[in-house]
Amino acid sequence: MGDGMGGFEEMLELKPYSLEKGEKERVLGERLIGLSRQHYGACEEYQRVVDAFGVDLGRVNSYYDLPFLPVRLFKELELRSVPEGEIVKTMTSSGTSGQRVSKIYVDRRTAGYQQKVLVKLVSSFTGNARMPMMILDCPSVVKNRAMFSARGVGILGFSILGRDRVYGLDDEMRLDVEGVVSFLERHKGERIFLFGFTFMIWQHFYKELLRLKERGVRLDLSNGILIHGGGWKRLESEAVSRREFCDRLGEVCGLKEIHDYYGMVEQTGCIYMECEYGHLHASVFSDVIVRRPEDFSVCGIGEKGIIQVVSAIPESYPGHCLLTEDEGMILGEDDCPCGRKGKYFSVRGRLKNAEIRGCSDTYGGNF
Amino acid sequence: MNNKEKYVKAFVEALNVGEESVEQLKYQSVEEWDSVGHMSLIAALEEAFDIMMDTDDIIELDSFEKGMSILSENYEIEF
Repeated sequence: MGDGMGGFEEMLELKPYSLEKGEKERVLGERLIGLSRQHYGACEEYQRVVDAFGVDLGRVNSYYDLPFLPVRLFKELELRSVPEGEIVKTMTSSGTSGQRVSKIYVDRRTAGYQQKVLVKLVSSFTGNARMPMMILDCPSVVKNRAMFSARGVGILGFSILGRDRVYGLDDEMRLDVEGVVSFLERHKGERIFLFGFTFMIWQHFYKELLRLKERGVRLDLSNGILIHGGGWKRLESEAVSRREFCDRLGEVCGLKEIHDYYGMVEQTGCIYMECEYGHLHASVFSDVIVRRPEDFSVCGIGEKGIIQVVSAIPESYPGHCLLTEDEGMILGEDDCPCGRKGKYFSVRGRLKNAEIRGCSDTYGGNF
Repeated sequence: MNNKEKYVKAFVEALNVGEESVEQLKYQSVEEWDSVGHMSLIAALEEAFDIMMDTDDIIELDSFEKGMSILSENYEIEF
């Protein structure tokens, strides 16, 4: 696919949270409508969906009017818009054993865009310098290199932002106390980058730090910045709120800077970072539209509905316009006190009858 | 060891490939140079030349040849 009209290379030059509504809808719309037409010509299944929606892509001029694929379609169909030989990696969604997993087919170009966008988004929060990085997970997550789980995709994507990377847990999910201590000694006084999945962090990192603290051992992570994602469902069942998660981590190791993110393997790269005010933000590369379940009309600000996500990245598979199984609401647009432009929103959990899914959530099944 | 030899050694060791084939390597052209291999390669290059690469350069480094031009242009490593 060319980088002519609606191409992505120029978009990549944009600052991630720089465009206000009108301009964003124009720039992102051009790209998304262009992508829809490309996929229509290249992917038979996508073509059938568009036709079933009765949409004439030649006449669409807003991305709000593009057909959206339910994420579970990627479990049922192999959706690709490039020849099989060009696929360089296949990513799978999380799914507990017995459930079917989504398969996302990525070629070189789309993989490059995913990485570039992720770096732009995250470094706008963390700064450009690559920090010493501790991954709060076990090394075996990235062992199967042909098939990446959602957890592996997250870890690898964020790894580029770190240096002297260590894993905080061993393959039995035990905290590697010795390794962590020597890592912290090595980087005393430096800013440390921590990355992991919400439930794993709580279960295997926080709880272990708490035990250590009771024995008089306290790790100091007050120079740390933690970015975590993967969903809250498992923590909700333990009645741990977002607020409590942050407060308790702060108490046990001094960690002050904590950002959640919302994202999914079907739209890798375009994550939604949580700002200093606890709001999730859409960047210029993606958007969130909340819809009413009865008729899929667009919800107003503050009105709960089903989350639709759009991403300017996917070229090798028709995943640019998806209906998730999450509920949420738009909190505002262009006016978050943090100063970032674009929509900001919150996620209120899974749809009632949707399958339980989420990176940290699925893991809990083995527990 | 001169810089070219160090550079080749980083590829051979990080990607576990034969020395004779390194010059033609491109990102994703062999199984070993996938996204996991890429991070090992970057770590090996950083250690060999005692540098810290920018994220942009890490993403741009997609062939044996490109890597040499990035290292010489942005990190003053002469080959």
